[in-house]
Amino acid sequence: MATTIIDDGVSAARVTSAGNRSGPRDEHRAGWLLSLPFLVLYLLFLVGPAVYGIVMSFFNATTVRPGLGKAVGLDNYRSILTSSDFWSSMGHTVWFTTLTTPPLVILALFFALLAERLHRAKALVRFIFFAPFVLPVTSVTLIFLWLYAPEVGLVPHWFEAVGLPPPNLLGETKWAFISVAALTVWWTVGFNFVLFLAGLQEVPRDVYEAAAIDGANPVRTLTGIVLPLLRPTVVLVTMLQILASMQIFNQMYLMTAGGPGTSTRPVMEFIYDTGFSDYRAGYAAAATMVYFALVLVVSLVWFLLRRQSNKEVGA
Amino acid sequence: MSTPPNALDYNGRSRVFKIFSALVLAVFAIIWIVPMAFAVDTSLKPEAEIAANPTNWWSDHFSLAAYRKVIDGTPILTWYLNSFIIAALTVILTVAVTSMIGFALAQTRFAGRGGVFAFVLAGLLIPGQILALPLYQIIQSMHLLNTYWAMVLPAAAAPIAVFIFESFFSGLPRELIEAARIDGASWFGVYWRVCLPLCRPAISAVSIFTFVGSWNNFLWPLLVLSNVKQMTIPVGMSAVTGGFGILYAQLMATAVLGALPLFVVFLLFQRHIVQGVARTGIK
Repeated sequence: MATTIIDDGVSAARVTSAGNRSGPRDEHRAGWLLSLPFLVLYLLFLVGPAVYGIVMSFFNATTVRPGLGKAVGLDNYRSILTSSDFWSSMGHTVWFTTLTTPPLVILALFFALLAERLHRAKALVRFIFFAPFVLPVTSVTLIFLWLYAPEVGLVPHWFEAVGLPPPNLLGETKWAFISVAALTVWWTVGFNFVLFLAGLQEVPRDVYEAAAIDGANPVRTLTGIVLPLLRPTVVLVTMLQILASMQIFNQMYLMTAGGPGTSTRPVMEFIYDTGFSDYRAGYAAAATMVYFALVLVVSLVWFLLRRQSNKEVGA
Repeated sequence: MSTPPNALDYNGRSRVFKIFSALVLAVFAIIWIVPMAFAVDTSLKPEAEIAANPTNWWSDHFSLAAYRKVIDGTPILTWYLNSFIIAALTVILTVAVTSMIGFALAQTRFAGRGGVFAFVLAGLLIPGQILALPLYQIIQSMHLLNTYWAMVLPAAAAPIAVFIFESFFSGLPRELIEAARIDGASWFGVYWRVCLPLCRPAISAVSIFTFVGSWNNFLWPLLVLSNVKQMTIPVGMSAVTGGFGILYAQLMATAVLGALPLFVVFLLFQRHIVQGVARTGIK
């Protein structure tokens, strides 16, 4: 409902400005003066880095001193695109995204659908699932390093309790991905859960009523009515999740530091290692740009879907 | 027929389903509580007992000794202060600059407004920390490394906050602004005295997000704050915990202390935070 009003406001304002009424001179001046502080910061710290990153990627820049160094043309791109370290780190990022996105979307949706049924307990459930999300990453990783600790941790202990040999949760590549993914699900599922709860609020009550009067059972109501109505939210949460998972660095860096070896190193850590530990800034900038291009494609899809669904709600 | 207590209870089957929902959620809620509860539990046990019986929940000697050791042995109080100053400055600057441009885009018709709108909108496509490397070079050339400003200034360039304010200001009636203008208020006066006070929900949403985002940021302060005295909570913690080895009570006490302030903020502002996520995440 609120969206309708807001969207109308914007389009109404646009119509008037298009109607060649640019307003008196001090309105023009006030508009620019009020916009200016943000635009300066935006140019310096968001647009600037994007442009500078592109420039740097064509130079032999280093992190030890500012400045660009010698122009090297496409050399950085040539060596990045043929670097097996770079591509395997891209692979790790994609694998992590694949491991985390389905559970983070499906579990959150599942929790929201169940919680929607509850009356007073809903606030409590929301609190419990969302609370981990406000913890700093270092607290989360300290807690999970303890839970996963070989021999002494709670999780290996549970494996033994059900009669399974406890795996080396962080020391073995296959398990390291799963362990960090599980941590991520625990940490961030509450965010998606809240988005789904909000989406469910938008489903009109009388739809449920009509379904109940027609004798539909809860499962039928869910698959026939609620999920189709919730589709835009599902799509948006999925896109946001892919974008968030693709930027994996913190948890992985603190839990495994990319190890064992570099077998779990995500691309953001590859950039960190080459740019800040090896000081090869130009080379790392080229890696940033290739990675950025991939994320940009996903962002663009998200962006278009978001506009699309805003338009639908507004209409 | 009496009114059902919940809009979704229409018939018997719905009620059975409701009980099923409650049970399943209870199981998951317990799973979700365990890591936090076990961390707190461990932090209260003597190290010797943890070494002897690591997975035991009960202890006869619960104490706050580990907390004392962490507070005395690490600069954690300094990190609290740093995190707080940085987060507070970031909130003030972000709310100030994004609400001004949000107002300008929504309520003033300056030439070039459409262009500015599209230009800022495009910024939504640039995701968070991917550009850390070129940003680092820019901050370095400005000689801002190891200063609070290295943390504060880039964080205020937040297009999403602009659009939160823009959508709120667009909802205000045009007549209100025109009336204030006729009464002789300047444009800044209209923004500051008339419109901004009406935008409390937007201010609180942006403030809370900016605060939490700043407090929990990890990669960026790891890069720009290399001096231990200047570190923020997440980076400082990761810098010292290596030295604790397997002193799990102290490790968990550090984790709990690091999480505590935001946890309290969350307890106090739960409703605002959750509504803010719902409102800004979807749109």
